[in-house]
Amino acid sequence: MAVETLEPTTSRAARAARRRPGKRAPKPRSWSIPKTAGGWIILAICSIATLGMLVPVYVIIATALSGNTGAPSFFLAFPDAPSLDAFKGAWTKLHGSLANSLQITIPAALISCFLGSINGYILAKFPFKGSNALFTVLLVGMFIPFQAVIIPVFQFLNMLHLQGSIVGLILVHIIYGIPITTLIFRNYYEGIPSAIIEAAAIDGAGIWKTYFRVMLPLSVPGFVVAGIFQCTNIWNDFLFGFILASPAAWPATVTLNNLIGTTTVNYSELMAGAVLVAAPTVLLYLVLGKFFVGGLTAGAVK
Amino acid sequence: MTTSTAQPTPVDPDPRSRKQVPHNVRTSRKAAWIFAPSLLVSFLFVYVFIGITAYISLSNWKIGTSPNMSLRQPLGATYGELVQEQRFQADIRNVVVFTVIFLLLAILGGLVAALFIHHVAAGKGLFRTVFLLPYALSFIVTGVAWRWIFAPSTGVNEILRNMGIQNPPGWTTDPTILGALNDPSGTDFLKVQLGIPVALLPIIFAAAWQLVGFAMAMYLAGLASIPEEHLEAANVDGANIWQRLRYIVLPQLWPSTITCFVLLLHVALKIFDLVVAMSGSGPGFVTDVPGIYIYNYLTSRYDKASAMAIILLLLTLVVIVPYLVRGYRKERKA
Repeated sequence: MAVETLEPTTSRAARAARRRPGKRAPKPRSWSIPKTAGGWIILAICSIATLGMLVPVYVIIATALSGNTGAPSFFLAFPDAPSLDAFKGAWTKLHGSLANSLQITIPAALISCFLGSINGYILAKFPFKGSNALFTVLLVGMFIPFQAVIIPVFQFLNMLHLQGSIVGLILVHIIYGIPITTLIFRNYYEGIPSAIIEAAAIDGAGIWKTYFRVMLPLSVPGFVVAGIFQCTNIWNDFLFGFILASPAAWPATVTLNNLIGTTTVNYSELMAGAVLVAAPTVLLYLVLGKFFVGGLTAGAVK
Repeated sequence: MTTSTAQPTPVDPDPRSRKQVPHNVRTSRKAAWIFAPSLLVSFLFVYVFIGITAYISLSNWKIGTSPNMSLRQPLGATYGELVQEQRFQADIRNVVVFTVIFLLLAILGGLVAALFIHHVAAGKGLFRTVFLLPYALSFIVTGVAWRWIFAPSTGVNEILRNMGIQNPPGWTTDPTILGALNDPSGTDFLKVQLGIPVALLPIIFAAAWQLVGFAMAMYLAGLASIPEEHLEAANVDGANIWQRLRYIVLPQLWPSTITCFVLLLHVALKIFDLVVAMSGSGPGFVTDVPGIYIYNYLTSRYDKASAMAIILLLLTLVVIVPYLVRGYRKERKA
């Protein structure tokens, strides 16, 4: 089959496309001792700035480990007797919302990625008259402040009897995720040579067959980039959850915010909660950082 | 074109074009139909819904549960009411101050970080990972952490007191306006002091901490794309490090700067979560922003919430539309 003979070229192109979003130079030899005084100064400044960036991370963890004291007397203090007690309290209050967040994030990210992949495939490989202009019209949806649509969205969900529900939130995240996933996949598919589509067309495959048989198997890196981007965005969302969800459907960000009491704040528990809410996206970032950067730069319209 | 016979469209003669799939009218129409549902849904949820919000802002609809779609007379009276409010004026001042200082910190910080990290001999990956780490966090997580860091009695003020500063600022609870330009009396149109609210500073620092890595990543990508030969040529010509920066590196980074500017600006205008987690409206609305204003009026005044939302939208579109149109034009030329 023509498609098969093209395979090596394509996978190389796919790999190139995967690298493309990061636009990083070929990896330099990672560890070398600075050779000049200037080199040492640069290294020193980078190290100090990096430690500075880590101070808030340290503060979150140190305070979260301070146990049931409520709040230490000084934000930089490391607890004398570190304990996980604060996590127990935070987990009791947050576990339901963490489960909600998971139930919202996974389907919404999957479906919006799938829709974005189909749109991106059409826009990159089957552009029609006016498709570029329509794409620009679609992209505006990525940047609007959601407050400008929140009242109609709220009324719309009421009409469907989905107000306050997890399904309603999933629906909203899918719809407002379409522009960004379309953008990521369009850029990704443009890096895959059109010859492969032509070959499939010569073999008599139509648009859908070419998509499912040829493009989809090549799309794994695109799905990883878009998936991470969407998972992070949806998990970290606050506005939609805050305004649209009923208490039973609150995502973790909303419940975490509610841990801030009106009079006194139990900072140990709050920071333990912050660790729980941050853990999934931070792990995703640390494990798949390369793809994370891919989605980040994809948000930049070329 | 109504003919359904498979008619091959001429292949794009430009060999550089990546879009040279030969497809006929029928495939083209099918492609358009596949794209149509997404476009229609987006059109409804973005453009139609914005239209509805704009209409509500002109209507008499106040309480969500009792719709009143009659137009308020005189037309646009809600907007007139808005601009005279002390809270509205404070919001505009706050969002302008927030945006300007935040952009300066995040973009300059990102540029400097990228320049250093690009040239560092060891640990490049580690530095880059740490700088971008906050970007993976929710604004709520960032907000609660920085709320604690700037808590008046246990936070950075402890350090300031140890340094001999007797009365450190109350940060997010401090009503002081730095560099106040005016002193409004009750009768003026301007009902707020123009200047920099002290209470906004911790929120700005938190936002800059979270997004400086984003700017750094954009600039690192830009730096990696500068051809090595340009720098070598400058070296041969005897250009010193500042001259190379001024005449070669910075001009080549201009596209990264535009991207950072636009994307971070729209984050700044829409800022909501971070302020909710750190301070809310603050004393005398010193940390109030349009996002919070809209949220507060969602229960009692649909018309006012909508009017503020439309103003916020217009502020965003002024920046975003030229950026997208520029991208579209470039795309057509490519």
